[in-house]
Amino acid sequence: MSRIHVLKPGLMTTVQDLGRPGWQRYGVTPGGAVDACALRLANLLTGNPETAAALEITAGGPTLRFAEETLVAIAGADFETSVNGSRLPAWRPVRLGAGAELAIGMARVGLRCYLAVAGGLAVPRILGGRGTHLAAGFGGFEGRALRAGDVLKIGPPAAWAKRFTATLAGAEAMVPAHWEVGAAVRPKYSTAPVVKVMRGPQWEAFDAEAQARFLGERFVVDARSDRMGLRLNAAGGGLLKAPLEEIVSEGVATGAVQVPPDGQPIVLLADRQTVGGYPKIAIVASVDLPLLAQLRAGDSVTFTEIPVAEAQELWLANERLLATVKQGIALHAT
Amino acid sequence: MKLAPLGDSAVIVTLGETPDTVTVAAGCALAAALEAKPLPGLLECAQANASVTVFYDPARVPKRGGASPFQRVCRWIEDRAPAAGQSPPPSGRQVTVPVCYGGEFGLDLEMVGAAHGLTAGEVIALHSGVEYFVSAIGFIPGFPYLRGLSELLYTPRRRTPRTRVPAGSVAIGGPQTGIYPFETPGGWNLIGCTPWRLFNTYSQAPSLLQVGDRVRFRPINSEEYGVSRSS
Repeated sequence: MSRIHVLKPGLMTTVQDLGRPGWQRYGVTPGGAVDACALRLANLLTGNPETAAALEITAGGPTLRFAEETLVAIAGADFETSVNGSRLPAWRPVRLGAGAELAIGMARVGLRCYLAVAGGLAVPRILGGRGTHLAAGFGGFEGRALRAGDVLKIGPPAAWAKRFTATLAGAEAMVPAHWEVGAAVRPKYSTAPVVKVMRGPQWEAFDAEAQARFLGERFVVDARSDRMGLRLNAAGGGLLKAPLEEIVSEGVATGAVQVPPDGQPIVLLADRQTVGGYPKIAIVASVDLPLLAQLRAGDSVTFTEIPVAEAQELWLANERLLATVKQGIALHAT
Repeated sequence: MKLAPLGDSAVIVTLGETPDTVTVAAGCALAAALEAKPLPGLLECAQANASVTVFYDPARVPKRGGASPFQRVCRWIEDRAPAAGQSPPPSGRQVTVPVCYGGEFGLDLEMVGAAHGLTAGEVIALHSGVEYFVSAIGFIPGFPYLRGLSELLYTPRRRTPRTRVPAGSVAIGGPQTGIYPFETPGGWNLIGCTPWRLFNTYSQAPSLLQVGDRVRFRPINSEEYGVSRSS
């Protein structure tokens, strides 16, 4: 079984997959990659099932040594990368030679990228998922972010990955494919995105001024944001007036925009709680969650309302696009 | 029964105004009835307090006519709801949880007492003198929301949450009491700590407590806490 040696861990590098649905009744959040679209594309580019475990790299990346020849792909935010001084191109499969060292530096734009390896990261499946649950300390690699000295095992690559790796012949430490996933397929990342939302269950409990401000103003990302939630402050100052009456704590969804009494909205991300008592003014459309996953402190966001049916149409269109990409990638090694 | 979209991939089904035993049992029964005959695309049904949240993948819900996936899921929930009547009620086991109250184990015990004109001993007697029932498990793995707290102990959450609440902390948040299974940030008032471990990922039912369980607290001293913790 091939291995990856962690020489430097990066600021916060965790093993993530597409999450572990089915355990919310016990308080276990589905979790998984914050930018699920980037994780899925990185997996597809290495011949993995979309759900395979990969590394989620945050703000500043790790330095990794690959014990054996490995097919890898990076997708998501734009990071500094180097293999023996050459940049590793993102959004495409790349063959790394045995002993290659991949140094991932700081994010140039965006916050999170995903490094998939053909065969996926072979960490135990716990409660149906391989992702790291940081708060409870289980899943992923020993339930925590990577540290220097860790050794990650890689699972057996798919037949496609073996065939495609053979086409990237050469003695170099790194041989990239000559094609990539086109910009049309990637999420439209921005440091000031317009994000589509639907009205939340407590929309009516907010007064007209709060509703108008939420859909009209720009919100700036607070430095206290993390995998649990994106904390926002109104760019023009002031607070969003939250309704006074408390609600009985109820289920929440990823993308839910909660407004606590302090009036500063929180958009719930992958490691959200399962139950919450704050009023939810809106829910972000699933198709736009990757845009939020890439925002860092000081970036901003504005919200625009769409109906549920439209958000679902957009999601279905996105899934059809990904299915096309999957077919296209399969054709590259025939 | 009231259905509302929770974004494009979930429906929240509200079954009552308050998380009383009848409403909680109805939620458990509905979640069981839905999962017994799942619609393709269903991810999970999670009961919590007075509602059930149904999570689904809109791309995998079968198409029919011009209905949106949300409309299809709502229709399916309404069709399955009558079957909930046949589901058995939650098991309602009786569980007695040992708690070491006050001091370093419950930093807010004195403050909670002072807020209500009670001594620490009176708070302990009131808290450990009644039976609670579990109305939800969340917000973090294995955290039980317990109903049945004496009104004399209702205490608002702290204005500024603590950044670190120790694992095992027994706390009061408004009209509820609960137990923190992990060290986590938290805004509830800490009155004690249990040596028990509430969550175990290697179990088929990873949460020690289940919705519907009946819970009592038994005061223990720090010596017993230490013995129980290390065993």
